[in-house]
Amino acid sequence: MQVVLNGESQELPDGATVEAAVIATGAPADGRGVAVALDGDVVPRGEWSTTPVREGQLVEVLHAVQGGS
Amino acid sequence: MFTIGGRELESRLILGTGGFRNLSVMAEAAEESGAELATVAMRRVDPSARGSIVEVLSETGLEVLPNTAGCFTARDAVATAKLAREALETDWVKLEVIGDDRTLLPDPVELLRAAEELVADGFTVLPYTNDDPILARRLEDAGCAAVMPLGSPIGSGMGINNAYNLRLIIEAAAVPVILDAGIGTASDAALAMEAGCDGVLLASAISRAADPVRMAGAMRKAVEAGYEASAAGRIPRRTYAQASTPGEGLAELTPAADPAEHGRGR
Repeated sequence: MQVVLNGESQELPDGATVEAAVIATGAPADGRGVAVALDGDVVPRGEWSTTPVREGQLVEVLHAVQGGS
Repeated sequence: MFTIGGRELESRLILGTGGFRNLSVMAEAAEESGAELATVAMRRVDPSARGSIVEVLSETGLEVLPNTAGCFTARDAVATAKLAREALETDWVKLEVIGDDRTLLPDPVELLRAAEELVADGFTVLPYTNDDPILARRLEDAGCAAVMPLGSPIGSGMGINNAYNLRLIIEAAAVPVILDAGIGTASDAALAMEAGCDGVLLASAISRAADPVRMAGAMRKAVEAGYEASAAGRIPRRTYAQASTPGEGLAELTPAADPAEHGRGR
């Protein structure tokens, strides 16, 4: 299935979870310092491995970078 | 020592981390600034990025203050704050909701809405706000832990454009007032503190200075000096001079042409 992962179209296996999407971005496997939004809603780290991603969903995998006036 | 949202801070300077050439310059400047809190932004994971800002700040002894930079709506800002809370395990947020790209001025309606939602969700909210005393009051009433009015637009280096409004905000606020944005050089930071601000948040003035580390030291001293001067109580402004040396006992050193004039003084 196709999802939109960090703004790019990405092929993930059917039934893939948020955890698989995080790994696909190259984020650290333990997810430390990383947060995920699925269609704009936060998915807590404890639910990554049990939350499925559906066709066409927006997956944003974020971390902290330099920023601020 | 001052307190925001129940947290005691020694330094009244909060560092924004935008604009530094690299993390090592940022770390050196952060250390020199004496700041204990540093803002970070939330962006997409980039596997090619080198180094983690969170680790570098932590090694330097600073705590992260996530912001919602780049958000134009309350909805996006609230979601970004929640993502930051999840990623960084802090419920503190520097709330920014911007109205347009050219001025980066806050959108007051969206800002207040986001502040209300985040306070209700248990966040310690530090809003970047316009220099508007009424909006500052509304943000305080909404439960924000501080108000952070701009001196002038982000990165403009224009200093404090509306000292009168800033004074009204400081007079009325029961929460700390942190001047956020617009500082160009050390005197701007000192003026903000002399005006009665509890602290200053700045980034560009340090990060884009020719020598960021040296400017970080200058800002630390300026904030301290401004605060001390404010606490010490400045003299009133006067239109004319007021002699600081007594006239009494002044010697007469020019002989008068007419001896009868002797002893008359000047």
